[in-house]
Amino acid sequence: MSDVVERTLTALPSLLSSDPSPGRPSSTSKLGTLIRGITELTSKHDEEKLIQRELVSIKEQVSSPNTTMRQMKELMVRAVYCEMLGYEASFSYIHAIKLAQQGTALDKRVGYLAVSLFLNESHELLLLLVNTVLKDLQSTNLIEVCMALTVVGQVFPKDMIPAILPMVEEKLNHPKEIIRRKAVLALYKFYLIAPNQVQHIHSKFRKALCDKDPGVMSASLHIYLEMVTEKPESYKDLVVSFVTILKQVVGGKLPIDFNYHSVPAPWLQIQLLRILSLLGKNDRSTSEMMYEVLDESLRRAEMNHNITYAILFECVKTIYTIHPKAELLEKAAKCIGNFVLSPKINLKYLGLKALTYVVQQDANLALQHQMTIIECLDHADLIIKRETLELLFRITNGQNVKVIVEKLLEFLRHSKDDYVTIDLGGKVTELAEKYAPDNSWFIRTMNTVFLLVGDQMQPDIPNSFLRLLSEGFESAEEDQQLRLLAVDSYVSLLQEQPARLPQRFLQVISWVLGEYSSVKEGLEPATVLRLLAPLLDLRHCSSETKSWVLAAMTKLSAGPACLSVAQELAERHGGSLDTTLRQRLHELQHLASDGELLRRVLPCSDGLEPLEVDSTLSFLDGFVSEALAAGAAPYKPPHQRQEELAQEKALSVEPYGLSLPLSLSSSSIAGRLSPTVLSMSSGLSGNSTELSPKGGSALRLEGVTRVWGKEGYLAKAALKPEEAAKTEVPCPLSVLQEGGSAPRTPVVSLPAPAPGPSLQAEREKQQLASCLFMGLGSQGAAGPCLMGKAEPTRHGFRKKVKGQGSSSGARGPSGDSASSSPSPLSAQSAMDNLLCSSPLDSGSTPSPADSAPSPADSAPSPADSATSPADPAPHLPHDLPANNRPCDAQEDLTEDTDTSETVVEGNSVAVVDPYDPEPLCLSPHLPEELCGLPRSEIRPLCRDASLVLSACCVRTDHSSLLVVFVSNASDSAARRFALQMTSGDLEVSRVRGGPEEEEEHVEGHSVAVYQYSLVPTRPSVHMELAGRASYQRPDGEPQSTPFSYGLSLPDFIRPLSVSTEEYGRLWLASSNDIKQNLALLSQEPDPLRATLHRLRDRLQLNVVDIIASEGIVACQLLQGPPCLMHCRLNAGCLAVWLRSSLPELPDCLLYHCQRALAQH
Amino acid sequence: MRFMLLFSRQGKLRLQKWYTATAERDKKKMVRELMQVVLARKPKMCSFLEWRDLKIVYKRYASLYFCCAVEEQDNELITLEVIHRFVELLDKYFGSVCELDIIFNFEKAYFILDEFLMGGEIQDTSKKSVLKAIEQADLLQEVSVLEPHLASLVSNFKDVNKLTTVVVLTVL
Repeated sequence: MSDVVERTLTALPSLLSSDPSPGRPSSTSKLGTLIRGITELTSKHDEEKLIQRELVSIKEQVSSPNTTMRQMKELMVRAVYCEMLGYEASFSYIHAIKLAQQGTALDKRVGYLAVSLFLNESHELLLLLVNTVLKDLQSTNLIEVCMALTVVGQVFPKDMIPAILPMVEEKLNHPKEIIRRKAVLALYKFYLIAPNQVQHIHSKFRKALCDKDPGVMSASLHIYLEMVTEKPESYKDLVVSFVTILKQVVGGKLPIDFNYHSVPAPWLQIQLLRILSLLGKNDRSTSEMMYEVLDESLRRAEMNHNITYAILFECVKTIYTIHPKAELLEKAAKCIGNFVLSPKINLKYLGLKALTYVVQQDANLALQHQMTIIECLDHADLIIKRETLELLFRITNGQNVKVIVEKLLEFLRHSKDDYVTIDLGGKVTELAEKYAPDNSWFIRTMNTVFLLVGDQMQPDIPNSFLRLLSEGFESAEEDQQLRLLAVDSYVSLLQEQPARLPQRFLQVISWVLGEYSSVKEGLEPATVLRLLAPLLDLRHCSSETKSWVLAAMTKLSAGPACLSVAQELAERHGGSLDTTLRQRLHELQHLASDGELLRRVLPCSDGLEPLEVDSTLSFLDGFVSEALAAGAAPYKPPHQRQEELAQEKALSVEPYGLSLPLSLSSSSIAGRLSPTVLSMSSGLSGNSTELSPKGGSALRLEGVTRVWGKEGYLAKAALKPEEAAKTEVPCPLSVLQEGGSAPRTPVVSLPAPAPGPSLQAEREKQQLASCLFMGLGSQGAAGPCLMGKAEPTRHGFRKKVKGQGSSSGARGPSGDSASSSPSPLSAQSAMDNLLCSSPLDSGSTPSPADSAPSPADSAPSPADSATSPADPAPHLPHDLPANNRPCDAQEDLTEDTDTSETVVEGNSVAVVDPYDPEPLCLSPHLPEELCGLPRSEIRPLCRDASLVLSACCVRTDHSSLLVVFVSNASDSAARRFALQMTSGDLEVSRVRGGPEEEEEHVEGHSVAVYQYSLVPTRPSVHMELAGRASYQRPDGEPQSTPFSYGLSLPDFIRPLSVSTEEYGRLWLASSNDIKQNLALLSQEPDPLRATLHRLRDRLQLNVVDIIASEGIVACQLLQGPPCLMHCRLNAGCLAVWLRSSLPELPDCLLYHCQRALAQH
Repeated sequence: MRFMLLFSRQGKLRLQKWYTATAERDKKKMVRELMQVVLARKPKMCSFLEWRDLKIVYKRYASLYFCCAVEEQDNELITLEVIHRFVELLDKYFGSVCELDIIFNFEKAYFILDEFLMGGEIQDTSKKSVLKAIEQADLLQEVSVLEPHLASLVSNFKDVNKLTTVVVLTVL
């Protein structure tokens, strides 16, 4: 479009509408009335009434047949408005789709918008949109194509992606950059929701990356970011390209349009930085390639504007993620400092965030800013405060743990956000377990956590806490002290106000009391029972908690005092509707009365020797066999039961689709044949009797209760939960013991708050700082701690520390260069290739010396396409179509440049080895009149001691000739040489040499040539020719060698030149037809033309005409009937329709068309 | 980006765009909760929020709050600039935009947003080209409103570019 038109275009809207600004509210519209009506109302109730009235009227109008599309558009806008206000207008969904389908461009836009706002990806009505989208994608109106792509990028049913994918792919080649860009983003969306669907077009993403329009290029980066995140190692070859692009962007090489507040393409920069950080992570050599450009980015981003800070922040993140370089780290640290010290609150927040990110690599950085951090700790904005706590969490060590945990708990007390509470609860627990300075502090802290976080807490917190208590540490004395402390504190908690305690905490308390109340001297079991008993009366107490409580009571119930409590309880709760509860009560009562049984069932083992668990339950074998003998049904594992159930269902009278379990709807076939999904889940939950080793690593809450339930019966041998854990997880334990250490006395004590003026406050802060940052300098040698060894994994820091990075980096160069071949070096060389040589070279040098390396050059190597993005855009389009040509050229070269003499002299057998891949150098022997005609490669047929037979098929306009070369390498002549050939599909007749020469001689060291004309009797995909060569050796002995030669249909296909009119007549005259979809060479700029030309070149078809998206092609079987082909572009495929009077011909030809298009 | 919301100081939703599939009920709940959280914040406070498992970036322009939910690893500052660029676009299109423009022409605002962001990612950073795309589509609309016979002309012409030249001639 010319500039003038473009300018007029942008000025047009104002010309056309009387209103100076096109978007001003049109006060007369119905929407306007509605909106004003709503704003005038005062109560929510009135609003509701008004909207309901409105919806009724909309509903009436949309379903009226007289409503025009323009009115429909207006109605849709109103419906969208009502939905936005929170009122459902689902009746309009279908009309939105209709509007998108039937409206003209302008109404369509509203229709699409309404659809994208009303429906989400999984809505079934969306299926109705697919056809509309398809139609619009094919439209020649750019705006319609844009609209279709936009809606595809917003909302599209996942299952239907394959239907439109080819069309979208095709749009990647569209001349308009806006279409290309939208197509790329649509593919990005597909990648997000169904990555498998777009796997095959990764090469096209590369093409988008090299697009000459920077907008398209940056759109492709979204996809690359996703792909690199997933699998960084596959994209290392692109680092050079990304770095080059970034360099150009930073250097201001992009059009000024891409500037944002005079910063060049900031979005693009940030996207590239993110990709680079992923690629450079733990990879020294890759990181080294980026140092320069990162430095440049840091240097350039100096303007004082949000956007430059955004870039700086991303730079800093990248610098700290990739393999470190001291110089850059220093600059990045300075940047972080600027952020932290900034008066702007957003920057301060990011500064803290960056600090959090880097503090494990560089704890000193936090030390430098400690006063700022202290200030932020008391910041009015909770977000800042929380980020500061996050930072403190990262710098916690054995010495500052008390202060930091205190700060965290303080925040926790005031937090109202569940997410924050759960998160912080987990963090405090982690710190307490890792760094607890002493036992009582640990118990106190955990009590607070249990109280504050309550029942939303992550379930593994109580689990690991109980495990800590039960497994203990090196010193038994310490362990007992810890348990004693726990029992003490719980007893007092229960005495105070048990009703306020959360369920999880109650469960923990009951378990601990059940196990360890004996540790406390003077604490009677009956007392504990009386403390626990009221919990059963609590209304908010869940049945699960009650089970815990009762389990604990059962463990303690020894002695007459307990029995009376048990009986009392049994009376009060015996009528409970909860069967589990009743059962447990019954057990309690029974065990309390029978001390002997109690000791057998629940031996009070102080020692923690692991119990042998017979997980196969072999002791039940006798019972099982008895039951079987008595006629019981054999046991079936749950998955088998499920399977049978599914099969049963499959045989039911219900329709097939409905008979499947709902959960398997996504893949019905797989779901039906393999019930693995089902069996897995049921196996986990159903088989409670099996304490499998893999499930044992984390002590489950349910596990604990179960022990006293069903399993108590089965494994008469008592299986105390903590012991179960022992038997199942021996490894953590051993680690635990070797690492255990003596408890620590508190190292830090909080400074006593001294009253005083502001100076005093300042001093307080200083003191707080010294507490908080204690031990930071010697981060590596963090003090040993009591609880830390419970879970070895917890020790690993979340983010890589410097040392780790460098060690893996050291491994990098040797390992990496070997494994990932397209390393920078090879990429570099391939790039040279692309720039200076390529197709021209291989074609223009007929000298044998050059022809040798050429195949290597022209072989389309992956590196080729990989490097091309390195030099941005403009170079790219050339190299793609060229790829095929060199191959053909090369074929000719190798044949033509033979030095034929060597063969004829024949002093070595090796030269003429029939299986030698080197074609026999026989082409000079080809009869003159056949030279220059298309022919197949010369292939060896057979050989014996003296003769070698080879053949090729030459196509003349009206015949196909089989040329047989008989080369005699021996000294003597082969006498009475004769060839006999037969074939079921072909008529073979000798062309030259009449019947008078029946007996021929092939002289020594010469080549005799025989020609046969081949005419197919009936077409078939492949045709075989069997033959026999017979002759007399010099000694008179007859010799005979069989051979065979394979031909294919294209050898007998000739182009048929007809005019379009004649074609039409022929078409009507032919009867046998066949239709099929063929793959399209969709990466070519003009797929239809390219595809048809490929067919023409490979199969000798005549492309009669190409009109828009249709093409007609004609050919003829040699001395046989014509075959016509009608091709049409359809949904990314080539829909072909073949006709011929010969029934087999279309079928065979189609096969070869498929083959020709499949090969690249 | 997960979603973008525009709401007024009174807590009235003005625009919502969801880039990940979310159930209607969850949407309503999230909108309600998020509005509450954001509206409770004081003007001098940080523009970033950690809310649920999301990061919220919001900014207030006059009586309107623009609010984006992004992923944890996304850059907050650049998201702030996404909002700003969107406001700039609205401003340029409507000519010093105010809340009323967006209320009465919310569908136009959606069109602009769709041209600016696609699938939750920035599509076009150039102010000029976004507005050009919008105006091209608008033009189609205006033409057909004015001149029914021109509208038929529109559908006869396959290429927009040709179409525009013809329109220019007729109008002039």
